[in-house]
Amino acid sequence: MESVLSRYRNLVILVGVLFLQVLGLAVQVKRSGEAEHTRLIRIWAVDAITPFERVLVRLQDKSRDLWSNYVYLRGVRSENRELKEQIERLKLDEVRLSENAAQAQRLQTLLGFKQQFITKDGTLAAQVIGSSGSDLSRSIYIDKGSDDGVAQDMAVITANGIVGKVLRVYPSTSLVLMINDQSSGVGALLEKSRLQGVLRGTPNGELMLERVMTDEQVAPGDIVLSSGGDQIFPKGLPVGTVTRVAPGHEMFLDIRVKPAADLGRLEEVLVVTQKQEPQPVAQTGGRVRAADILAQRLPSVPDKPSNSAAPTAPAQNQKTVINAKTAANAANNPAGNPAINATKLLLPSAAKPKTSATSVPATVPSSGSPAVGAGNNSSAANTPASEKPVKIQVLKPLPNEKDNAGGAPNPSLGATRELNGVAPKAAAASPDPAKSTPRQAPAQPAESPDSPH
Amino acid sequence: MPITYTSGEQIEVYRFSIPVTIGVPLAALFLQAFLPRRLSFFSIIDLPLLVTIFFAMARRNPISGLLTGAAIGLLQDMLGAYPIGIYGIAKTVVGYGASSLGAKLDVENAGARFLVTLGFYLVHQAVYFTVARGMVNLPMNWSWSRGVEAGLANAALGMFLYFALDKLKQRA
Repeated sequence: MESVLSRYRNLVILVGVLFLQVLGLAVQVKRSGEAEHTRLIRIWAVDAITPFERVLVRLQDKSRDLWSNYVYLRGVRSENRELKEQIERLKLDEVRLSENAAQAQRLQTLLGFKQQFITKDGTLAAQVIGSSGSDLSRSIYIDKGSDDGVAQDMAVITANGIVGKVLRVYPSTSLVLMINDQSSGVGALLEKSRLQGVLRGTPNGELMLERVMTDEQVAPGDIVLSSGGDQIFPKGLPVGTVTRVAPGHEMFLDIRVKPAADLGRLEEVLVVTQKQEPQPVAQTGGRVRAADILAQRLPSVPDKPSNSAAPTAPAQNQKTVINAKTAANAANNPAGNPAINATKLLLPSAAKPKTSATSVPATVPSSGSPAVGAGNNSSAANTPASEKPVKIQVLKPLPNEKDNAGGAPNPSLGATRELNGVAPKAAAASPDPAKSTPRQAPAQPAESPDSPH
Repeated sequence: MPITYTSGEQIEVYRFSIPVTIGVPLAALFLQAFLPRRLSFFSIIDLPLLVTIFFAMARRNPISGLLTGAAIGLLQDMLGAYPIGIYGIAKTVVGYGASSLGAKLDVENAGARFLVTLGFYLVHQAVYFTVARGMVNLPMNWSWSRGVEAGLANAALGMFLYFALDKLKQRA
């Protein structure tokens, strides 16, 4: 036996070593918690190896740093120069991108405003490309001109408020007179009190609301809106905020207004190429008297159906809108338009709020709220306070009126019909019944001697 | 007198100093754990196996060869995630075989070393695969192509490694 073991000693030892390892392996595999039983020996092995690894890694990092930072510096200067140039380019890109982002934000605001207040195709976005460069003339140049459909006296606005009107039109540019120019004038009204006035620029670029009587209640912080009476700016657009109220010359208040639009930092504007007011429609059918139209528009006591049906039925059958300008032209040309002749409609002061958004030329007795023709040298602004022209536009009857019983007109409906969305307020603003009584009285003088009636 | 694993009666045998006997296998284990993280292609190299083959062939003593292989293999197992003993068994077999072969053949020239290394690499892989798949039930698949490629790479590296380690040999 001993001879066999000594003869095959190597093989026996091999088998013994393998057997021990297989045994140990089998023990590890058999027990589910193998990792727990070999944990200590693994820790020893790992602890024996990892310190060297750690040292080697540090040495490697240090040597790499030493090599790359202190030895191998070939091309570093040129690379540094290129990186600096790249940084400059990136800075420019960053500025451009931030500028684009800000522009996108502004345009988004403008678009939202456009979709909210302006007709779909009624505006034209323009970029401010320059200014007059003088404090004496507050005007800007925009990059849209007659080639783009811009015409003189078009309103220029932003999402924040009105800016001005187009003063001169060139093929590709336009000159916009801003509202804070001294020669500018905008029909404005106070949002709360509905008081109307004329907004003008001052020599130092401020805005001043004129023609508001001293006995009116105006306080700083009041919102000023466009009245629409200037025939340029759509009604209801924000104009500014009252900042200071003081007694002015004569019997008017000195009201300073801070413009809603930042007139000093304009970049993108909207040119209102098409206003929201309904366009005149060619008249069809029989003649309509201006008095009838006016009586229909003004608030009054409803007539009895039996009495009102006959005389006003022709007027109610007109499903059209009478344009006051057409009527005025007819008045100037007696032989021209036989249908309407409404040259001068003398309206009582109670009718003033209702007529502020209309376009029929008329005169009103002075009530401290003159209608305004915007722009420089406004004839309305220069008109004596005793007799101010007011543009009145008469809308066609609403469908529910047409469907009224027996087709009979209901003057009360017509009178309370909203004119540009503010007529009910205007009607409510004149609670004095005495002011509403003569609402049909001026209808008679409206008839021209040339009228066929 | 230094502890050496030497043997051989007719052919030349070598012995190694204790620092070399301990340091070279540890260095091989360390490099095997360290280098593949930096050099991914190094994962196919098995430095402890090459060291095992070198020591076994140089000493030409099957017992010292199998013990060297067992020790290196077990240490390699300790650094791995699998149960301890798989590399141990494989390298024990390789150490025994390489020392037995070295006792009978002259494995000093490069060509013989290349072929011996290639052959023992395949034996090592076969034993490892058998133990891992058959005993431990590890989900492993055998790939001849990968085995041959890795064997060739190890054999090629082994020629240079053996040439370097030859400087550490001492005549018995």
